[in-house]
Amino acid sequence: MNRITARLAEAKQQGRKALVTYIVCGDPIPEATLTTMHAMVEAGVDIIELGVPFSDPMAEGPVIALGHERALANKTSLKSTMAVVKAFRETNNGTPVVLMGYANPVERMGYEAFAVQASDAGVDGLLTVDLPPEEAAPLNVELKKAGIENIFLLAPTTSNERAESIAKLASGFLYYVSLKGVTGAGHLDVASVEAKLSDLRKITDLPICVGFGIKDASTAKAIGQYADGAVVGSLLVDRMGAMADQSPEAIAGAVVELIAPIRQGLDELAS
Amino acid sequence: MSDIEKKAAVDYSQFPDAQGHFGPYGGRFVSETLMPALDELEKMYTRLKNDPEFQKEFDYDLAHYVGRPSPLYHAERWSRELGGAQIYLKREDLNHTGAHKVNNTIGQALLAKYSGKSRIIAETGAGQHGVASATVAARLGLKCEVYMGAEDVQRQSLNVYRMKLLGATVHPVESGSRTLKDAMNEAMRDWVTNVDDTFYIIGTVAGPHPYPQLVRDFQCVIGREAREQCLKQAGKLPDALVACVGGGSNAIGLFHPFLEDEGVKIYGVEAGGYGVETGKHAAPLNDGIPGVLHGNRTYLMEDEDGQIIETHSVSAGLDYPGVGPEHAWLKDIGRAEYVAINDDEAMAAFRTLTQVEGIMPALESSHALAYAEKLAKTMDKDQIIVVNLSGRGDKDILTVAAIDGIEV
Repeated sequence: MNRITARLAEAKQQGRKALVTYIVCGDPIPEATLTTMHAMVEAGVDIIELGVPFSDPMAEGPVIALGHERALANKTSLKSTMAVVKAFRETNNGTPVVLMGYANPVERMGYEAFAVQASDAGVDGLLTVDLPPEEAAPLNVELKKAGIENIFLLAPTTSNERAESIAKLASGFLYYVSLKGVTGAGHLDVASVEAKLSDLRKITDLPICVGFGIKDASTAKAIGQYADGAVVGSLLVDRMGAMADQSPEAIAGAVVELIAPIRQGLDELAS
Repeated sequence: MSDIEKKAAVDYSQFPDAQGHFGPYGGRFVSETLMPALDELEKMYTRLKNDPEFQKEFDYDLAHYVGRPSPLYHAERWSRELGGAQIYLKREDLNHTGAHKVNNTIGQALLAKYSGKSRIIAETGAGQHGVASATVAARLGLKCEVYMGAEDVQRQSLNVYRMKLLGATVHPVESGSRTLKDAMNEAMRDWVTNVDDTFYIIGTVAGPHPYPQLVRDFQCVIGREAREQCLKQAGKLPDALVACVGGGSNAIGLFHPFLEDEGVKIYGVEAGGYGVETGKHAAPLNDGIPGVLHGNRTYLMEDEDGQIIETHSVSAGLDYPGVGPEHAWLKDIGRAEYVAINDDEAMAAFRTLTQVEGIMPALESSHALAYAEKLAKTMDKDQIIVVNLSGRGDKDILTVAAIDGIEV
């Protein structure tokens, strides 16, 4: 079983909510990524979303867009990101890693080459922000062959009918974008998330993780009442961005400090 | 089958296909939040483009507000001096607001009106599309916000002020290379946040489907008029068409109505910057490879890791790392040829046309003129080249003065 499916099934069985964290590979210094990934696992993170930097990150708010710029300035590439995952797998074989990024670096590498190399590195899933299901079929074929889950986004604007067709193509989990906006936006509306998720549950049995706009224990907890997992990104990237002159251990420590109350908040929901 | 027969076999009116593809190019590569808005826009446009009332309104505005048809001017003196083909200029510079851009903003503003959205946003490079958007917004009483790269805000300060006078808010974009591509990223971010009440007026034949199609359709008035005018004034079709290509909207507007005229050669002119061989240019069809950016698959300027690289052109309107997907396809199937003109060649053509014909062209259009000059010399005196003079050069005077070392 793919690590993503296994981990989310395990969390469900244990009656707890999954914590998904996003950092940008190579940000703010290349040496920080691996150390931070291991520290996040220690802090109770279930799934790591590793951002692959792109020159034109259209869906990102200012915080994560700056993270992409810093990572690119550090010469981070899709290849070097996969190398970090490979290094992570040397000592961790259980925590799922999802690469999250944009279509063009994957296009440039080639779908087949990407799928083969990502699988070899120990990548479990891919979330391509600008590759909706309509354009994803050729990549899906290669991902399937390589055993990599294709994680699709659902949005507040997605109709039930459309959600149904996306759910059929998706695997691993569905990523529900909690608001109309970019990452890190501040206008999360919990009631609308509740309503939408209740519709989605009628459509799919896939686990649903919710992201965009979750920035502390209370928003995570509010979302966690309805979702299988909460995704936290901008909060971490913001703090990391201010620590470019510090050691990987200090950066990882700061991330753990931010994560701990969120983990605790989610665990208070445990049934 | 000969190459020419193969070309004639393509039914250009069938492109893009239902998914918005021109062969392998085009499509709809955006985040999920925007997909329903694009579906909605496509449905509305499909309905309205065949609606006589909508077309009537569009045609009325083009005639009475834009001032169409624009003349097809025989540049006799310049043609004589070159000693080759006769050059005719399609005078889009004489349109209201000074460029072809307004043809499209009139059309999209009508779509905005029909959609009931109260706010429009736009990205702009040279500022012409921003001005044209602010203009139609003023006329319709819509709120207008324009995203413009901070670098372009500086080099096109006259247009920035024009937009402000028209009541638009101009947001300088400080991210990335601070030019057109970054302005487009920021406009997309705005749209995804305000998708319920906002209509995004894209200024060129790029972006997600249906934009490349609808912008083309609105700009095709250029080519339809030019075709008719050339037949009337010269008694025959032109032998060649020349237009500059950044995103490529003025070019596709001229080219498209001639695609099935096999005898008409088509040349798109990209910005060669300091020279294609230097890598510092904005000529993806000459020196790029296919990839995905800003909602469509097309030729791009990128590095080996798939990161978009910075472009250079003296003209802000051509300073873009991508190109409309239909151009990418026309290149691949061989119907159009895409060449490059360097900064200094374009500057020379700017001066030539100003001095020989008394017409000051935009630096963008000067790229097309510079190539037409080269091409004319290789052709006979009874042959005809139609050049799209896509905009006037007033906006570029400060740039030209700076190159001359003059403070205006």
